[in-house]
Amino acid sequence: MIEIAHVSKTYADTVVVRDVSLRIPRGGVTSIIGPNGAGKSTLLSLVSRLLPMTAGTVTVDGLDVTQTPSDILAKRLSILRQENRVTSRLTVRDLVEFGRYPYSKGRLTAEDRAHAARAIGFLGLEALADRYLDELSGGQRQRAYVAMVLCQDTDYALFDEPLNNLDMKHAVGMMKLLRRAADDLGKTVVLVLHDINFASCYSDTIIAMRDGAVLHHGTPQEIMTRDVIRDIYDMDVEIQDVRGYRISSYYI
Amino acid sequence: MRETRARPIRVLLILTAIAVGVIVLFMTLNARGRWDFILPFRGMKVVSMVLAAYAVAVSTVLFQTVGHNRILTPAIMGFDSLYILLQTSLVFSLGSARLTALDPRLLFGLEVVTMVLFAVLLYRWLFSGTSRSLHLLVLVGIVFGLLFRSLASFMQRIIDPNEFSILQDRLFANFNSVESDLLLVSFGMVAVASLAAWQLVPVYDVLALGRDAAINLGLDYGRAVTTVLVLVAVLVSVSTALVGPVTFFGLLVANLAYQVAGTHKHRFILPVAALLAVICLVGGQLILERVFAFDTALSIVIEFLGGILFLVLLIRGIAR
Repeated sequence: MIEIAHVSKTYADTVVVRDVSLRIPRGGVTSIIGPNGAGKSTLLSLVSRLLPMTAGTVTVDGLDVTQTPSDILAKRLSILRQENRVTSRLTVRDLVEFGRYPYSKGRLTAEDRAHAARAIGFLGLEALADRYLDELSGGQRQRAYVAMVLCQDTDYALFDEPLNNLDMKHAVGMMKLLRRAADDLGKTVVLVLHDINFASCYSDTIIAMRDGAVLHHGTPQEIMTRDVIRDIYDMDVEIQDVRGYRISSYYI
Repeated sequence: MRETRARPIRVLLILTAIAVGVIVLFMTLNARGRWDFILPFRGMKVVSMVLAAYAVAVSTVLFQTVGHNRILTPAIMGFDSLYILLQTSLVFSLGSARLTALDPRLLFGLEVVTMVLFAVLLYRWLFSGTSRSLHLLVLVGIVFGLLFRSLASFMQRIIDPNEFSILQDRLFANFNSVESDLLLVSFGMVAVASLAAWQLVPVYDVLALGRDAAINLGLDYGRAVTTVLVLVAVLVSVSTALVGPVTFFGLLVANLAYQVAGTHKHRFILPVAALLAVICLVGGQLILERVFAFDTALSIVIEFLGGILFLVLLIRGIAR
């Protein structure tokens, strides 16, 4: 379980995350939604120790993320940020094998290579494994990064807008894959998403943020209502039921 | 897969052969006179050049890994100006009489320790936080370099002329007048630093992924950056003590190494860069001294080529 208690993040005078307390249970897919600047990505960075928090504590399975040695946390929790600009020239396999660093410290065993091969297979990247990252399309590269995170084999995997730069086919593919990671591999997947319909169709829990605070927290059925969405985004949308999922049409 | 592994090894073998060939040529070409004089005399020159080349190459590659770009080098960020400033303030505050009374090995050790302290103090904040813009880094480097150089030359102006000449001697120990004492201490320093540096080779690869990815993989990022800065400071002290400041040499060999090696793994890049540096320095000195009979003009050639490369990289980096 990820337990977030009274967490705040302030830059000079601006409050980005305001006294957030949350419990993200083990297993399943949790999505964080909210308008731009709501503090979603910052919250994810605080949970994954990429940013120091101004106040509060975050524990992952009882381990305080600011106190626990980084290499121990790296076996429990992984994060994929939005922009991943690697200056090194790496093949897909090189990148995915970095996911084993917390275990191997750079000296790969046969078992580590097997883990990497499985992650590459899970993402359907076998044919691209020896290609360089800069020769791939945006979607393929994104899949390679996700493979690296899965190769890290942590119980908790955090993704900051994993659908960025993906077309609709690849976006659906990515969400199905993350769903499978939760269902088949037993991971706890936490996502920041912009498209509330993806959040509605693929998550077990939705957390809605606005102005640095958590506004709503519940199942897709509870969140995907006219009133709640208006509360979060200041927009009137129509919610429809499509094959048992709640879909909002907000385009017009 | 096979191709990606075979090429760096082939490159390493070829470069080693060239480096050995250049060194042998340097030792033997145009040797008139007694071998028992020539070999130790030239041998010392070669050893000091190899040490300096190695120190510049390794420190530059590591620094670029921490800085996440291929444009900055310790020299551009003012590391060797800092070393010169420390040297100058030492002579200024203690006086040359007391300095010459000190054991030179102890003195050099003291200088390196101060250098490490100041380098970590001054540069850590730049590289351990979230990523900063290249413009800011270049600007800080220029300002630091200029500040250190100006302070040093200010002190050199108001110093006693006798002290100044001793200082000058210490600052510009060129290849023709390297003291064997200094060489021995430098060798020891480089050996210890290298031993520490090679332990960390997998860490550099992870560092190169960027701050966030490195932390995600469990690296203690702040500590790793500090360690690399310490290593860089030691190596820059050695190379500056041996050959004086060379601004663009490291830039030249590090970028060349990335071009030639065909991989970005540090276990290949570091030796390739070191070998290239040895070939450039010893080979360049060989050609200038033995073929063209010029003296000490090598640094000018290297600075010219390296300076052009720096401008090209900067323009390309900004255009991107």
